Amino acid sequence: MIADRLFKPAMWRRLVLPLVFAIASLAQSRGARADQLSEDLSGLASTDASEVSAAIAKAANRGDARALTALHALDDGSLRFDTQKHLLIKKDNGVLSDALTGAPATAQGKLEEPASDNEVRRALSPALASLSLSAPSAAVRLKAAHELGRPSDEIVPIVRQVLAKEADPDVKVALALALAPADLASEKPADRIRALDAIRAASDASFKTDVERLLSKGEGGKLVEPDASVRAAATAAISAIETRQLLINSVGNTFYGLSLGSVLILCALGLSITFGLMGVINMAHGEMMMIGAYTAFVVQNFFVAHLPAHLDWYVAVAVPAAFVVSGAVGVLMERTVIRHLYGRPLETLLATWGISLLLIQTVRVIFGAQNVTVANPSWLSGGVEILPQVVLTYSRLAVIGFSVVVMLFVWALMQKTRLGLEVRAVTQNRAMAAAMGISTRRVDMWTFGIGSGVAGLGGVALSQLGNVGPELGQGYIVDSFMVVVLGGVGKLAGTIAGGLGLGLVNKYLEPLAGAVLGKIFILGFIIVFIQRRPQGIFALKGRAAEVS
Amino acid sequence: MKAEPTVGLKALHDKRGWLALAIVTLVLCVLVPVLSLAVPASSPLHLPDYLVALFGKFLCYGIVALAIDLIWGFTGILSLGHGVFFALGGYAMGMYLMLSIGAQGVYKSALPDFMVFLDWKELPWFWRGFDYLGVALTAALVVPGLLAFAFGYFAFRSRIRGVYFSIITQALTYALMLLFFRNETGFGGNNGLTDFKSLYGYDLHQPSTKVALYLFSALGLLLTYLVCRYIVTSKAGRVLRAIRDAESRAMFVGFNPTSYKLFAWTLSAVLCGLAGALYVPQVGIINPGEMQPANSIEMGIWVAVGGRATLFGAVLGAFLVNGMRSFFTAAMPNAWLYVLGLLFIAVTLFFPDGVAGALGRLKRKS
Repeated sequence: MIADRLFKPAMWRRLVLPLVFAIASLAQSRGARADQLSEDLSGLASTDASEVSAAIAKAANRGDARALTALHALDDGSLRFDTQKHLLIKKDNGVLSDALTGAPATAQGKLEEPASDNEVRRALSPALASLSLSAPSAAVRLKAAHELGRPSDEIVPIVRQVLAKEADPDVKVALALALAPADLASEKPADRIRALDAIRAASDASFKTDVERLLSKGEGGKLVEPDASVRAAATAAISAIETRQLLINSVGNTFYGLSLGSVLILCALGLSITFGLMGVINMAHGEMMMIGAYTAFVVQNFFVAHLPAHLDWYVAVAVPAAFVVSGAVGVLMERTVIRHLYGRPLETLLATWGISLLLIQTVRVIFGAQNVTVANPSWLSGGVEILPQVVLTYSRLAVIGFSVVVMLFVWALMQKTRLGLEVRAVTQNRAMAAAMGISTRRVDMWTFGIGSGVAGLGGVALSQLGNVGPELGQGYIVDSFMVVVLGGVGKLAGTIAGGLGLGLVNKYLEPLAGAVLGKIFILGFIIVFIQRRPQGIFALKGRAAEVS
Repeated sequence: MKAEPTVGLKALHDKRGWLALAIVTLVLCVLVPVLSLAVPASSPLHLPDYLVALFGKFLCYGIVALAIDLIWGFTGILSLGHGVFFALGGYAMGMYLMLSIGAQGVYKSALPDFMVFLDWKELPWFWRGFDYLGVALTAALVVPGLLAFAFGYFAFRSRIRGVYFSIITQALTYALMLLFFRNETGFGGNNGLTDFKSLYGYDLHQPSTKVALYLFSALGLLLTYLVCRYIVTSKAGRVLRAIRDAESRAMFVGFNPTSYKLFAWTLSAVLCGLAGALYVPQVGIINPGEMQPANSIEMGIWVAVGGRATLFGAVLGAFLVNGMRSFFTAAMPNAWLYVLGLLFIAVTLFFPDGVAGALGRLKRKS
């Protein structure tokens, strides 16, 4: 039924045929307009400044956005014309193209540059503004409106005209904002209110000082702005700007806090497990991270030297390599030093500090005391801009994702494997576990190796965020102890909560109190916290608590 | 025959002990000044100024080692934050020295140079009074003592012990280091306090002033030793050792470990403050680097090398390790961290009772 009605012959006559004619006539008029355009612009092909200016004015009055290519070229000095008065654009690499159609073109005879003096330039900038602001595409108009910045006096009336005709809401906001500086300086309160409304709508932080000046008191205690309604509008504008800044800051801080927290978790995971298991503080744990980072550096250099075609994938090799190298150093440490100090945690602390000095000095001798650079692979460079001024870099996103994967790995290891079961048993009650036939020494060794390996993974993550140096681990050791203290010992959930909490609080406090004071607040808080809850956020309950 | 109950000076040492102490004191207090001042500079026996200052520095380290031995060796609490107390004492003295520069600084202002640099117009309130030596010396003892008392009160009351306590002392020194690194804190930031000219009117660059400071340090070390010796041989010292060996048992017997620990901890901090105050005029600088966690851990190794719970061993350890440091950092700078690292490992693994223990074993064999 419907189909029948759709295809009635009358329908064809009434709708489709006129449409065809319309398109045909449009094509005709386009041709005509192209002629007008080239006629308008022909004046540009002149060394006489007044002729060029006249041509600019003509093109601006016609309002055809296709003239923009030629005018932009004139603006940046790449416009040329040949002996046929044919307008061409000469690119930096010497290639010529037609200034009207953009097609490749060849010059006939000698190329000349159109006149360009102050007169031309004075005519050019309003023409460019009015043409690009009336371009058919909303995206072009929006871009042009953003590029206006604080327009000069001769452009302001053009912007006003364009704004009156503009329909797109985004472009309207941007245009109104461009008019704001002129309106703010106006004598009429209504103009100033309009400007402030525009600033409020755009929430543009660059106007904050201007608006604040309106609310302040000038010389002799007199208010800069006499009109109360304007002051109210200014207050509203300021609060809108501040809300916007708060949003931008909190999104940024959350992101940086999450990425810092992820690194802290990677460092603290192993520390927490070994502390829970053996009650020893491994002061060389930070150096395991450093070794992991240097392993990434070595793998990168190997790829540069031998597999340059696959350089982008060196990270895929560096991750397992760092785990193995750091883990092996950890096992070696446990075998040679730590197992002999069992039950003497304070001595272990000093001995592992000695090991960390040895490791730092060894790395310094091998790789030099200077920082080395581990480059991001190409798929980790760059980022996404989710808000103006907030860029989430891929490397930080990858570190956050990576730490989630490592957490899952450790969780699976502890909960789903036999070794994990044994580790948990030994952590709860060493003597009982030994009586059940678990080789506690073997469990110690493997756990130490895995804890160190996980720290090595943290080192790879760190190598993607910054420079790698022999003292890399030292900067994180105090923080990761704090994570362990905060989260409680030997508990994955506690470490995660502690790490994320510390990372986020750190980054939230930084803008408020400065990086150093923020850190001092946190350390002070932890010192107070540990008084109240010496077992950490997630205290062991039941029998496990009695033993520890 | 029943052993006589020992009282008075006899309780501290037997006759041979006193004799040994007197000989060491005489050597330290007479030999160095004579070799430095009386022997002409051309003689090979002449002790150059820098060595006098170096030995004076070692004596201050000896005081620190005694303080740490008291709290670690006898009470079983390993502090990784004693550098803070040492530095606070040093800063108190440094503030006095800074103010006594007067208008002789680079900017010719009555304010210390770094304040002129920061465009401050007057002294902050916490610098008031530090133009008197007495105030500075009192602050050098009281400020570390108060900090240690407040910190220890909360920590011991919550029964934080073992490695937990060690870690939060490390956090303490780390936090204060960050605080002192800030210019706004008012202690010269990164550069600390330096360019001192005179102490109580005496030129710090004069050899005689250096020897005098050395003698004061030796006197400080001797007094500290006697105080520590008095405490560890008293009944309180026995309680401290009981707490170290079995805290719960000591508590059940009726002693309150918290107050004993708090006493030893606070006294230890005060002694460190004294050491810092003696140290700064001899080295001529105090900066937040003294509060680095690494420095505090190293102080622990002095005591471990010398032998814990022996007092004289701790002093010996401080001399030995720092002597080695002076030697290696000059002769083989790359090897020093290896030596220090191996020292940490070897002492904990193979010589848990340190040099003093080894000497004791030799004596028993002979």
